[in-house]
Amino acid sequence: MTTERADALAAPHGGNCADGWRTYGDDAQERVGFFTDTSICIGCKACEVACKEWNDVPDDGFAFTGQSYDNTGALGANTWRHVAFIEQDRPVRVPDATPPAPHPPGGDTGAADGFRWLMSSDVCKHCTHAACLDVCPTGSLFRTEYGTVVVQEDICNGCGYCVPACPFGVLDRRERPNASVVKPDGRVHKCTLCYDRLKVGEEPACARACPTDSIQFGELDELRRRADRRLEKLRAEGWADAHLYGRDPHDGVGGFGAFFLLLDRPEVYGLPPDPVVATRHLGEMWRWAAAAAGAVVALVAAVFAGGRR
Amino acid sequence: MGSNMAENHPVGFQWVMEARERGARIFHVDPRFTRTSAMATDHIRIRPGSDIAYLGGLINFILEHGREFREYVTAYTNAPVLIGEDFRDTEDLDGLFSGYDAESGTYDPSSWQYAGMEMHGAAGQRESGVSAAHAAGGGGGRLESGEPPEEDPTLEHPRCVFQLLRKHYRRYTPQFVAETCGCSADQFLDHANALCDASGRERTGAFVYSVGWTQHTVGVQYIRAAAIVQLLLGNMGRPGGGILALRGHASIQGSTDIPTLYNLLPGYLPMPHAERYGDLDGYVAANEQPTGWWGNMRAYMVSLLRAYYGQRATADNDWGFGWLPRIDKDDSAYRTTMAMIDGTVKGFIVAGENPAVGNANGRAHRKALASLDWLVVRDLFEIETAAFWYDSPEVAAGEIRPEDIGTEVFLMPAADHTEKDGSFTNTQRLLQWHHAAVQPKGDCRSELWFYYHLGRLVKERLEDSPLQRDEGFRALTWDYPTHGAHEEPSAEAVLAEINGWDLTTGEPLGGFPQLKDDGTTACGCWIYCGVHAEGVNQAARRKPRWEQEHYTALEWGWAWPANRRILYNRASADRDGRPWSDRKRYVWWDADEGRWTGYDVPDFEVSKPPDYRPSEDARAQDAIAGDHPFVMQGDGRGWLFVPQGVVDGPMPTHYEPAESPGPNPLYRQRANPARQDIEHRTNPENPVPDVPGEGPYPHIATTYRLTEHHTAGGMSRTVAVLSELQPEMFCEVSPALAELEGLEHGGWAVVSTSRAEIETRVMVTHRMAPTEIGGRTVHVIGLPYHWGSRGLVTGGSANDLTGIAMDPNVHIQESKALTCAIRPGRLAGGGGRGAA
Amino acid sequence: MSVRRSVARWPVLRQLRGMDRQGVGAAAQSDRSRAWRARTEDPDRTVASICPYCAVGCGQLVHVKDGEVTHIEGDPASPISRGRLCPKGQASRSLSQSPLRQYRVRYRRPYATVWEDLPLEQAMEMIADRIVAARADTWEEVTASGAPARRTMGIAQLGGATLDNEENYLMRKLTAGLGIIQVENQARI
Repeated sequence: MTTERADALAAPHGGNCADGWRTYGDDAQERVGFFTDTSICIGCKACEVACKEWNDVPDDGFAFTGQSYDNTGALGANTWRHVAFIEQDRPVRVPDATPPAPHPPGGDTGAADGFRWLMSSDVCKHCTHAACLDVCPTGSLFRTEYGTVVVQEDICNGCGYCVPACPFGVLDRRERPNASVVKPDGRVHKCTLCYDRLKVGEEPACARACPTDSIQFGELDELRRRADRRLEKLRAEGWADAHLYGRDPHDGVGGFGAFFLLLDRPEVYGLPPDPVVATRHLGEMWRWAAAAAGAVVALVAAVFAGGRR
Repeated sequence: MGSNMAENHPVGFQWVMEARERGARIFHVDPRFTRTSAMATDHIRIRPGSDIAYLGGLINFILEHGREFREYVTAYTNAPVLIGEDFRDTEDLDGLFSGYDAESGTYDPSSWQYAGMEMHGAAGQRESGVSAAHAAGGGGGRLESGEPPEEDPTLEHPRCVFQLLRKHYRRYTPQFVAETCGCSADQFLDHANALCDASGRERTGAFVYSVGWTQHTVGVQYIRAAAIVQLLLGNMGRPGGGILALRGHASIQGSTDIPTLYNLLPGYLPMPHAERYGDLDGYVAANEQPTGWWGNMRAYMVSLLRAYYGQRATADNDWGFGWLPRIDKDDSAYRTTMAMIDGTVKGFIVAGENPAVGNANGRAHRKALASLDWLVVRDLFEIETAAFWYDSPEVAAGEIRPEDIGTEVFLMPAADHTEKDGSFTNTQRLLQWHHAAVQPKGDCRSELWFYYHLGRLVKERLEDSPLQRDEGFRALTWDYPTHGAHEEPSAEAVLAEINGWDLTTGEPLGGFPQLKDDGTTACGCWIYCGVHAEGVNQAARRKPRWEQEHYTALEWGWAWPANRRILYNRASADRDGRPWSDRKRYVWWDADEGRWTGYDVPDFEVSKPPDYRPSEDARAQDAIAGDHPFVMQGDGRGWLFVPQGVVDGPMPTHYEPAESPGPNPLYRQRANPARQDIEHRTNPENPVPDVPGEGPYPHIATTYRLTEHHTAGGMSRTVAVLSELQPEMFCEVSPALAELEGLEHGGWAVVSTSRAEIETRVMVTHRMAPTEIGGRTVHVIGLPYHWGSRGLVTGGSANDLTGIAMDPNVHIQESKALTCAIRPGRLAGGGGRGAA
Repeated sequence: MSVRRSVARWPVLRQLRGMDRQGVGAAAQSDRSRAWRARTEDPDRTVASICPYCAVGCGQLVHVKDGEVTHIEGDPASPISRGRLCPKGQASRSLSQSPLRQYRVRYRRPYATVWEDLPLEQAMEMIADRIVAARADTWEEVTASGAPARRTMGIAQLGGATLDNEENYLMRKLTAGLGIIQVENQARI
């Protein structure tokens, strides 16, 4: 399998190859994704709303969390784009010029100087090596011809194997009742990178809406080049902690299809610092699959047994 | 300053972010650390209500360090003009200008005039007593000829405007700014230097403001202060410069231009006054300016009357001028609210506004609604203003029962923007047309439908009336073609009337210079004349940005006046008509062609050369010299000192808010002496402590919006995808205040003023911080005002807390700086309690 | 679809036959996924509009299918917004189609505790009657000092900043024509 995975890195159109992408042969399109540049994210949440408007995603409940201005909490079945807000007692960049006096008269007036408010729009990473894809027993999760990872709602049976497999906690079943008309269905729902829009040549809804172009959509190779240039500029301007997260094709998931420019360590944003595809050890995976198959058989038998009663 | 652009105008903010990426410094001077602060290169925290102290500091810095753009200031502003000998500054009179009448609380501006000029009697009357809101759009002051009589181009004379400014602001030192505003002197100086460095021939800087500046008892003077800074730095009428007002509603600019305001007729023409002049001649004589474009006021007014009354307006009946209603006092929104409570108003129509939670002192508004005979609410939703009789904090608290409220209520469902044709005027004066995509469902109808058919039904009832009072209404033209099953009137036909026609040919007018005072033109709003030029809906133009010739995109929509994108853009060239610099080239004089040209429609008569000098008896625009860009002013100059048109002083002065945390550090005169308080039992004012931070209401409160909601929530608390993003009312407090008052993050608090108290969730955050006044710590509480009792998410309404103390020029309330108290816990029953 | 074709499309068969031995790519793609395309691809019409929220004036494209708005998105051609929208602007389809939208006239009698239904035409007639009566009852031909007034202080009107210019024009013309003075909108706030 190792050989096969290495072989898979030869992409149809250059760049590194996502699992399953080659299966489209000549029908494979350029691999596309998102580059989310958090240095220009204004935290407006247009991405969250645009996603819901396009994909008819129901609301996530009306609860005040107190987590700064974040009231949707995390990515989930009902939130496919999620903006995190992090308030920190430190400056956003280290200025090269003479800094202003550290404190206004009277001492602790706090935020006037060394304070920053980080905002970042999170999304499914559309991993190159996606564990969710590997563990899905029904074929609901699949790699599209664009190199993205999509849940097929007509196939998903809500088994939930993909949920713990995802190192980012993206996959989630729609179970919680909410105020909207869409009923909880127990199935898994997540970002499709607007698969339906891609097919007609439209960019995903979140990237289309983003007022500052913090969310950029495009061919992954081009996005990576753009991100490298961007990082270089920011570093030169004194944004000392700026770095790219998920850009590296040699990381634990083979790089993200949707990667980020962050201004602090990933943990600060609630992201794993070194995500690893849970199915790296495939033998283990097969054991799970066997167990799963056994469980399915047992379940089916139980259902039939119950049905005859 | 006074704006939270990233949160409230996010898509406009993309351009700010681009400027930042290209190296611009973005200063956010604001009491709170907001999403705008987070994106700015610099955040300077100042106390709510201290902006004039800060801006005055900038003026003083510019003048003391000689940082003004001297050539621009000398040529284009009234800096060299001498003011009369009787003028006395606030520095002479301990916080008052000369001309103050303590009894009426108003100023007589005659001592503020240019030396050697008599103030025109009626013009002075016009500006006092009755609102001078029209002065904001209409020239305001009055000059009898285009050139002031006495000037000192060296700017040395002690009575010239330049020296008066120096004297007025000399105590606004960096230390004063720091002590009054609560920022550091170093931060202020860094900003002042950066601003000056970004101004001049090669560079320009811009100010952006919103209701953070207007909602004060000195709101107009806030903006005036910025105007002085920008005129001194040469940033007006130039690309990348200016003072940009970011307005909050899709067509709030339009509803000021074609005003639904008591004291204005379309195009900032003042509403006739009952006492001051009998006929049209008297009206024009009292209100026009002999020089500048306001010199054509008669043509604008006669054309409006011809649009209103058609052929029934004739020279013999004074063009129907006598039919218009007359005002004689302040009848602005809040006065009307009090008139409702006092029982003089019988019926009330509310269309797309929600005063029960959206206006200051919500309890007074709900009491007003309960005092009416009948109420019509036109809205997309059953908002608080429609449901006040059974769903309000007062009903919840058992203070009043529906059975006790005699108001008859009609809730009329409205059509939204996808369901009707029409134009919005955006914040840059750009008219953009939206086309109906679908037909409204059920009983939903546009306002166009409602007002057209209502007018038709009222006309049916009065068409045979012999009464004199109905004569004018019967003469009103009311013929608009309708279409479709709903008999929807044609919005474009209305736009055509707004644009106007040449009545001799029937052809659409091409622009306001064509308007005549002899009754041969009709025009429903002179500043919009040209929007339907050649019979084409110019507001519907949508040439894609990538096909436009210049970045000004002149073929997208239509901007008033005359499709100009930057007002007074002749100032982007020097006296001789050459661009100040190549990189700031915008509009310039082409000597070979003998015309002004550039990237925008020149805001100047296109063939008037830079060396044009008016004759002694020249009138209107002919009296403006070729090197005076501010063509709406009588002298063609930008006014650093305003002799007429602003009722509370010729120069902005730091006054404390009506409800301030303490005394004024500058003067014994604490707050704006000309401010307007509504003294009514429903509108008590918090006492002002002698020592900052003491008394029953020791903290400062300021209200605002969040990105996720819209105004009082009528268009966002009704939408699930928005409601979930900010689901509950909360207050924002600093850790220091939380500790002082025992507030818990995520817990509950009760915020109170003398008007009411409400409960909110608590957000403890380092984004808020206390301020320092006279060595004492004063805390600041942030209150978003989006919530009410209706919709998917509900909560306490911040506007129940705010009071009504108003700016005397425009009658806008001070909801950006007030005082309050806070305590942990909840209200019994979740409702509010209050004074009304 | 014939049974044979259905069987041929069974993922396991495709997986066994094709390049997608792992069954994570083409072989896993369902018919629905294969056929799934943007609902805006083939609208009955796409109408140019302007966002109804703040005053930036962002361009919108309103897609319509079968008489219903299917999606609202930013208009890339706009030199103001370049196709972008904020959360509110992006939510404007949900605004338009909110389950809380009021579709019928509601009427509340004085001192009543409940809403009633009222036909639209009847409501319009009743409002016209009330305007005529209130105006007659409160008409001021002259002021207290005898100057011409020609007004009513018995009827007030509020709103306009969310409305179209043409609507404000008719509202202003009608109220000025009737002598109604107390006409105000959000610009005062």
